[in-house]
Amino acid sequence: MKDRFNLYKFASPATFYPLAGALIPYFAAVSVVFGLAGLYLGMLVAPTDFQQGEGYRIIFIHVPASWMSMFIYLVMAFWAAIGLAFNTRLSGMMAQALAPTGALMAFLSLWTGALWGKPMWGAWWVWDARLTSELILLFLYIGYMALTAAIDDPRRSDKAGGLLLLVGVVNVPIIYFSVKWWNTLHQGSSINMGKSSMAETMLWGMLLMAMCFWMYSIAVALMRVRTIMLERERHTDWVKAELSGEGK
Amino acid sequence: MIYWHSFADFLAMGGYGFYVWGSFGLTAAIMVIEPIMVARNRKTTIARLKRQIRAEARNISE
Repeated sequence: MKDRFNLYKFASPATFYPLAGALIPYFAAVSVVFGLAGLYLGMLVAPTDFQQGEGYRIIFIHVPASWMSMFIYLVMAFWAAIGLAFNTRLSGMMAQALAPTGALMAFLSLWTGALWGKPMWGAWWVWDARLTSELILLFLYIGYMALTAAIDDPRRSDKAGGLLLLVGVVNVPIIYFSVKWWNTLHQGSSINMGKSSMAETMLWGMLLMAMCFWMYSIAVALMRVRTIMLERERHTDWVKAELSGEGK
Repeated sequence: MIYWHSFADFLAMGGYGFYVWGSFGLTAAIMVIEPIMVARNRKTTIARLKRQIRAEARNISE
């Protein structure tokens, strides 16, 4: 057994399960540290914005949540491609574990965007290219979760979900470039290669918060994937051994 | 170098308090509730799987 699957050692749930369990506390701790540092810089030290007053501080969660909503989708699409190409068990579980967190990030992006749009534009919502494509991203997450939940057989569920993810991935560059391609109400990006339009403390606050969201997403997804592994592999020896142990 | 003059100043957020704290409040709530729900789901799943394994073991021995 061992020799035969050596190449795919870390793609095997039996190996990945304890590894994920050991990594979770570190990702969680690092997320808290980045979060506290980011909040300190962003909420306490960073100066006000000369155009938007203190309302701009929503950026410290709006941008990280939006980035994560797009990035998590790309990671899910990556796992979907791996799963469809190599038929690996782990990939479907990873996509499944990431979806709820990605959906929450998309929701937070829209929520904080609405709370930012109201005082700055006078509207909670406009059918602007950036906002609409982000809303479609939320629907893609929800569609993926509903589709995979509706199919009982995990392998078929992974396949169907994977196809949806790969088709939907076209939406991510649309979100990202929407402020360049179309004349939108949404402001352009605050960070540009080389020079950014932000004060240094603002920029660092935002980057730290983005790291916090990133580490948070990894920690929660790893927590979730471990449960999915137990569920899907319940007939294997390693799960039975795991559950007959202390059952943590 | 703290930017704010007073705590009330900080809470008011220059008149944008509702929008800023509405954003941060829900984000914080979600980031606390999501891991709790995942952990709870894990507990119930483990309990259910253990029951199933025990039931299967009984069926085999009978």
